[in-house]
Amino acid sequence: MPAPQCATCHKARAALRRPRSGRALCGACFCAAFEAEVLHTVVAGRLLPPGAVVAVGASGGKDSTVLAHVLQVLAPRLGISLRLVAVDEGIGGYRDAALAAVRRQAARWELPLTVVAYADLFGGWTMDAVARSTAGSGRSRACCTFCGVLRRRALEEGARLVGATHIVTGHNADDMAETVLMNFLRGDAARLARGGGLGSPGEGGALPRCRPLQLASQKEVVLYAHFRRLDYFSEECVYAPEAFRGHARHLLKLLEAARPSAVLDLVHSAERLALAPAARPPAPGACSRCGALASRALCQACALLDGLNRGRPRLAIGKGRRGLDEAGPPRDGEPERAPAPDAVPAF
Amino acid sequence: MVWQVLEGLSRESAKRLRFVPGIVCIDEGAACGLSPEARAKALAEMKLILQTVGFPWHVVALEEVFDLPPSVLRCFAQEPVGTEGAYKAAVDSFLQQQHVLGAEGAGDSPSLAQGEEQLSWPCTQDPQNPQSPDRPPTAAQTEALSRLFDSVKTLTAKEELLQALRTHLILHVARTHGYSKVMTGDSCTRLAIKLMTSLALGRGAFLAWDTGFSDERHGDVVVVRPMREHTLKEVAFYNHLFAVPSVFTPALDTKAPEKASIHRLMEAFMLRLQDQFPSTVSTVYRTSEKLVKAPRDGCAAGPPGPRCLLCMCALDIDTADSATAFGAQTPLHLSQTQPPTPPPTAPCCSAGMGRVQGCCGGARPCEREDPRARVIEQLCYGCRVNMKDLPSLDPLPPYILAEARLRSQSCFPRACIEQQIQEYLVEDSDDEAQTGES
Repeated sequence: MPAPQCATCHKARAALRRPRSGRALCGACFCAAFEAEVLHTVVAGRLLPPGAVVAVGASGGKDSTVLAHVLQVLAPRLGISLRLVAVDEGIGGYRDAALAAVRRQAARWELPLTVVAYADLFGGWTMDAVARSTAGSGRSRACCTFCGVLRRRALEEGARLVGATHIVTGHNADDMAETVLMNFLRGDAARLARGGGLGSPGEGGALPRCRPLQLASQKEVVLYAHFRRLDYFSEECVYAPEAFRGHARHLLKLLEAARPSAVLDLVHSAERLALAPAARPPAPGACSRCGALASRALCQACALLDGLNRGRPRLAIGKGRRGLDEAGPPRDGEPERAPAPDAVPAF
Repeated sequence: MVWQVLEGLSRESAKRLRFVPGIVCIDEGAACGLSPEARAKALAEMKLILQTVGFPWHVVALEEVFDLPPSVLRCFAQEPVGTEGAYKAAVDSFLQQQHVLGAEGAGDSPSLAQGEEQLSWPCTQDPQNPQSPDRPPTAAQTEALSRLFDSVKTLTAKEELLQALRTHLILHVARTHGYSKVMTGDSCTRLAIKLMTSLALGRGAFLAWDTGFSDERHGDVVVVRPMREHTLKEVAFYNHLFAVPSVFTPALDTKAPEKASIHRLMEAFMLRLQDQFPSTVSTVYRTSEKLVKAPRDGCAAGPPGPRCLLCMCALDIDTADSATAFGAQTPLHLSQTQPPTPPPTAPCCSAGMGRVQGCCGGARPCEREDPRARVIEQLCYGCRVNMKDLPSLDPLPPYILAEARLRSQSCFPRACIEQQIQEYLVEDSDDEAQTGES
């Protein structure tokens, strides 16, 4: 049986079938369609106004690589300029290789690259040091908890360094679906109440963030990278196997096999969750130490670092916050405060 | 649960329950593909137990959905209190409890009595005599039911359809016999699984109704879940310790492989996770308690919007601003170079209207008179996704299609009104104003 024709241009031979709609498309038409969808997301949500200086969180992985490429293609039409910001968490054997990929990409696209390192920003604490500190005592190391909060702070710092007005990250639809599942399984009502939108508008001095790839499924991101022959780093983070997100990811894979639209259905559900007002997070204020966005007296990054420096790493996780010097009644166990979903171990 | 109700009503209990219960059993053998002998056997066992319990009971076969009136799908306002005041324990979970448990009862009577405070009414009448079972379903109905379930492509959609039909049937029986509340035996574990499953099916907007304590979307009949704080393990122990008789009948997904449906997947996943993190089920349950029955941004107040045809929740499909509205319509409304994508199961072609396959590929959208499109647009997101697995709407019970037709006509009154005006325009212009309101 001969290969089908591309459904769009009817000229070239179809090279793939889109996972969601099943249409057969050739490589060029698929890439065009993908870019058009991202453009539509950005324009319809008014995410990146013309003249914005956009800091792209680049980790060297497939999502941020595709994001940077697509935004570069769309930059003239949107009227934005891009800067790459890479975060070095200090994970040996993983981050160095990823950073090398980012540097190659920056050279290829001729975009300015800034690397911010945890060690510089957070007083010498690299992720490896954090992992050593939280190891033992029979409990999980909660590396993703630390890494996620600190990375967002680092991204913010890096964006300010380059004078950006917006931050974009490469979270795709699968990430959003995993986040919803994970938050439900962990009972994190505050995050459930916050999530589901297209990003945060940036309250209280924090830069606005968005996720232009939010509606693209992971498969399509990989296909796009394949057809555009993008060079990215595809290893998994060293600490990923112990992350709770792995369970949610496994479940999502199973769900997708049973019903292909499961990812979209989950995102739809997440948008429409109605939580009681008592479960919603309090209105954000400013951290008393660093002045960043915080819903309590101390922002989560400062709280985590405080715990690490005192030799009690789990101080700011869960209900252990009573030990911190902050005013106000301790609230119900909410491990993180970052208004974006939990860190994805590998981009 | 039936056992608990029995104990609660007995004269020796500390806080006596004060309502008049009846029991309804739904025989779903046809949907599950059971042979008539197996069904008869299960039914006989069930009747034995029901007779010992002593409440008035009704055994209804699922085939009777074909006889339901379209009014089942309408939401009636709550009737004034005090007329009937009789409640009903629905033991359909008798049949659907997965694999080993039949009747559920757990915990102790005080916790149940606490639930009944809201429901208590003085007993105004004695329980009716046990009724003789209704006439057995005709072979034609059984065949129609099996045809309906065979035409559904995935197990997930089958289970959802079964649930919808079962709910409608119970509603109908409740309304006919004057019951104002329906109690189901969903335990904590079951509800946690149901919550996650609903999430995965796109029913995030309705979680509070699907898994909360009381579910008032049907208006006059309220569904309550008094067992929602007891885990399955507790129920199993109770049944074992107190020798509660139970009947096992195969359900739709008995012996199905784990990956067969979303329900199975989620159940296996939750139970496995529970082994590793023992607080999983209770965490999910606690999260469900934090859900409220309101649209997300609290923009409720206005007139109640249209309701889904099958699950009777307010429709949750937005037009343009929702992310997934975009995602779902991406193939249709995207770049101008691409013609609208035909949906994978060419619906209007299967509706028997005699159109060619290529019609959906054309630029014009499908016409409103197409019955499938008409039904689909009255469904919520979750039900729409399920309908995709149903290639043709014909095997559906007639009451659904009739109600759909009725609602779509009332949704387009303009067309009817203009048509009526047209009739009168030629004759007499004075009559226009009068006919405009009808």
